[in-house]
Amino acid sequence: MRTIFERGAAEAADGIFPACDVPAKGPAAWLGANLIRSKLPRIPNTSETTVVRHYTRLCKLNYGVDDGIYPLGSCTMKYNPKVNEDTAALPGFADAHPGADERYVQGSLELLYELTRLLQGIAGLPAVTLQPVAGAHGELTGMFLFRKYFESRGETQRTRILLPDSAHGTNPASAAVAGFSVTEIPSNARGTVNLEALRAQLDDTVAGIMLTVPNTLGIFEENILEVTRAVHEAGGLCYFDGANLNSFIGRARPGDMGADVFHFNLHKTLSTPHGGGGPGAGAVAVSEPLVDFLPVPRVVKRRDRYALDWDCPKSIGSVHSFFGNVLVAIKAYTYVLQLGDEGLRAVSDNAVLNANYLQERLKRTYTLPYDRLCKHEFVLTSEGLAKGVTTLDVAKRLIDYGIHPPTVYFPLIVHEALMIEPTETESRETLDRFAEILERIAVEAREHPELLHEAPTRAPVRRLDQTVAARNPVFTFPFETE
Amino acid sequence: MAYPTSYRYTKEHEWVKIEGNRARVGITDHAQAELGDVVFVELPTVGADIKQGGLLGTVESVKAVSDVYAPVSGKVVEVNRDLEQSPETVNQSPHEAGWIAVIQLANPSETGNLLDAAAYEALIA
Amino acid sequence: MRYIPNADADRQAMLREIGRSSIDELFADIPQPVIDAHRPLNLLPRSELEVLDELTRLADANEAPGRVPLLGGGVYDHYIPRAVHHLASRSEFYTAYTPYQPEISQGTLTVMFEFQTMISELTGMEIANASMYDGATALAEAVLMAERIRKHGRVAVAANLFSHNRRVINTYAWAAGVELVDVPFTPAGRCDLARLPEGISALVVQSPNAFGVIEALDGLKARLGDALLIVATYPLALGILEPPGAFGADIVVGEGQCLGLPMGYGGPLLGLFATKKEHLRQLPGRVAGRTVDADGRLGYTMTAQTREQHIRREKATSNICTNSAHCALTATVYLASVGAGGLRQVALLNLEKAHYLAAKIEKLKGYSLAFDGPFFNEFVVRPSGDAGAVRERLEAGGFLVESSQTMADLGVPNALRLAVTERRTRAELDRVVDILGGKR
Repeated sequence: MRTIFERGAAEAADGIFPACDVPAKGPAAWLGANLIRSKLPRIPNTSETTVVRHYTRLCKLNYGVDDGIYPLGSCTMKYNPKVNEDTAALPGFADAHPGADERYVQGSLELLYELTRLLQGIAGLPAVTLQPVAGAHGELTGMFLFRKYFESRGETQRTRILLPDSAHGTNPASAAVAGFSVTEIPSNARGTVNLEALRAQLDDTVAGIMLTVPNTLGIFEENILEVTRAVHEAGGLCYFDGANLNSFIGRARPGDMGADVFHFNLHKTLSTPHGGGGPGAGAVAVSEPLVDFLPVPRVVKRRDRYALDWDCPKSIGSVHSFFGNVLVAIKAYTYVLQLGDEGLRAVSDNAVLNANYLQERLKRTYTLPYDRLCKHEFVLTSEGLAKGVTTLDVAKRLIDYGIHPPTVYFPLIVHEALMIEPTETESRETLDRFAEILERIAVEAREHPELLHEAPTRAPVRRLDQTVAARNPVFTFPFETE
Repeated sequence: MAYPTSYRYTKEHEWVKIEGNRARVGITDHAQAELGDVVFVELPTVGADIKQGGLLGTVESVKAVSDVYAPVSGKVVEVNRDLEQSPETVNQSPHEAGWIAVIQLANPSETGNLLDAAAYEALIA
Repeated sequence: MRYIPNADADRQAMLREIGRSSIDELFADIPQPVIDAHRPLNLLPRSELEVLDELTRLADANEAPGRVPLLGGGVYDHYIPRAVHHLASRSEFYTAYTPYQPEISQGTLTVMFEFQTMISELTGMEIANASMYDGATALAEAVLMAERIRKHGRVAVAANLFSHNRRVINTYAWAAGVELVDVPFTPAGRCDLARLPEGISALVVQSPNAFGVIEALDGLKARLGDALLIVATYPLALGILEPPGAFGADIVVGEGQCLGLPMGYGGPLLGLFATKKEHLRQLPGRVAGRTVDADGRLGYTMTAQTREQHIRREKATSNICTNSAHCALTATVYLASVGAGGLRQVALLNLEKAHYLAAKIEKLKGYSLAFDGPFFNEFVVRPSGDAGAVRERLEAGGFLVESSQTMADLGVPNALRLAVTERRTRAELDRVVDILGGKR
């Protein structure tokens, strides 16, 4: 894999920027010599042809949703509609400066305001902020809101957050960044929250609970109303991680389940692309008692004009430079407008049907530790498949068949986990082929385990040595010393 | 790998070798095998006072982090700086060259709480 | 629905296959009261064409893009070479997930490695991560990181940071229980180094700062004792400015929007985060590293992951997971397109044009520059008359100018901050001067 630093250096890239049309004095005249760079950064000057060929070659080493099924559990790798990319790129949106007076950005503000209202409707909660720019950022914002709420009530002894043992790692990390300590609640044999263990923890040091609904096993918390009621009765608040909204959008609302804070992942449920790890958007919806604490500024409508409201004295402050990932919000808005109520419901209908269809078929070959109705995803284990064969081997063998592996080794409560989320945008034919390949791999695991151990052999590179990368860290290109 | 009978062990998979009024501490062969390739060892500070069960350091593999707890109370008098350059020693020689720290015993009677080799081997069996 | 490939017949067949009689049955585990409480949005589905028309109407309702921006403050109207857009629009890049499966993500990972290298080079630091959400959250994370390293409970913050940087730091520091101590600025607009507090984990400065003034970093590190030096920077300016790393900075962060990203009404942005190798284990966020595959060939993978939330959970260095990967990719392609030579050229254009305008304004009767410190591409003008009225005149002339409230919030009343990028022509700048001078 050659980097751009190894591509032939050309002359300086002239022809992109114009010549200076004002009388130039040179940097030393304006700044004095000691502020001026003594050594140029080692970023090569290359021709446009070189740059285009280099990055085109690199992109072909990737696997994206446009290449095929991407069954990463918890990630909702659905198809990203093309029209979204085009609406977000409209110059009216893309070229708007965040410092422009409100009257010059009425279109962006109207869109943000209307999206806020739609998200409130989807969540069944009275207010939404679009400021958080990722799921974990939404979680952190939610934890800040918890802090501020209890601070305002003089209940600063509420310093503990309860978390099921199946939680995403971002949950405990977000709670910790906001200054909370974390107490884990074990799951019961059915894979849901152990109500008794939960009740045993509830006292006046508990700020609240962070739940993923359905949980990371893909199981809906059937006692969700009992769980949230118990937390509320103990004076705590309920945070809902929205990573799995794709399983009930258009059918049920977190607000009706007892959520006080709910974060959306616009880059999961609402079809905006993952971009190789971002940018996402993590809009946060809140219940009535938390509305005054939302981040500033808030987008409001005053008569027929849209505005930014900075006058929120109880607010936690800001969590982003400006108003969140506006261009991502535009993509999500485009998607929701196209779908309407009917389409949103079709999303969860098909996501859940696809997952149950695959689960039913694959449990004949792989062990399904929690064998029950799933929502949009389910978790298998490779344990017992064949001696010496790990989940990592299965995942890498899938790559040889041209398929992106599912999420592996998560949730932590299942050993050798394979967490599969097909999403609604895959056809029955694709699901059948995916299942067939996993079945074939199970046979290979017994008959030709070396095929799995050595996989992948048909990818751009073979299995990469993680130990070498960690023991001898090389994070920047090793230039020859001049 | 054999578990030396002259050593004592903890349920958290540390070993202790008593050397007079000092205790040499490391992680067991079982612990290193569970972790996989060790890529980093965070050592305690020499001179630090530490309580039995307190955090002595961490051992990291590619995909996991494991805390190392002090099997005995006392002052850290020596740490294994070689591990900074060669963390793989923990995998290669967990009970000898892969030691992590030496603690000056504050309360020698504490060693009575520890497991002997047979009890430890029964624990991990 | 066009994004759902299965037809009704497929669904019926699949239901039969799994022994269910209806889709509703698949939702039997959701409590009935929750199902009963559900209310629709009352939103009819619309065709792609109708939605595109509606979004075009909204985009057209934004008047800002038809005007000439003199706006800055962290987001700037820079030119983006067209090849950058074309390459970043490859769906192999934008529809991929975080590269947890490195063998089929070498494109993303190689670009991450190139990005880290370029940011290290630009900032003069040893290592950089693969990005943060934006410059402000990167700065807040830098404060938390410095506090983890030094643990004094207090961090000094220059009073001339962009207001948004300060707002975000305030929120994060409040929750973490870190006390922030203001360091005032001098008449030159620079952080007053004679008034640094004691017992701090770090000093945060921004250069160029909220007044556009370049801070005097030379010798600063030596005056800080054990406190870390955190510098928020403007990466495009580093095409000509001596980087913070050359002055011994411990953590350098920045807003990377200037490297090929549209202004987008302020998001998505690109947080840069660079530091010294010795602080690697406290670094927040993802990093790509070089390694070899089973055949010994070079390749790239995410590494040092034990710092991150998915492994270390509540003890992680940050909760960040998704970052601004695709923005970082865009910035990498931008930097590759312009090269060090082009970056220097564009930085010089900003510098020369901004100074051309500033010098002309300074000569006008009734105007002065608020600060005499060296600046890059933005500066603060103080009119003798009402700044609000001056702004209105400029806006009537087709320009976009920030409210004087922005400067007033920083303790500089009745003043306007103007930014000049390579996109501003001499004719536009002369028009600004004419309007200010009352010629139009």
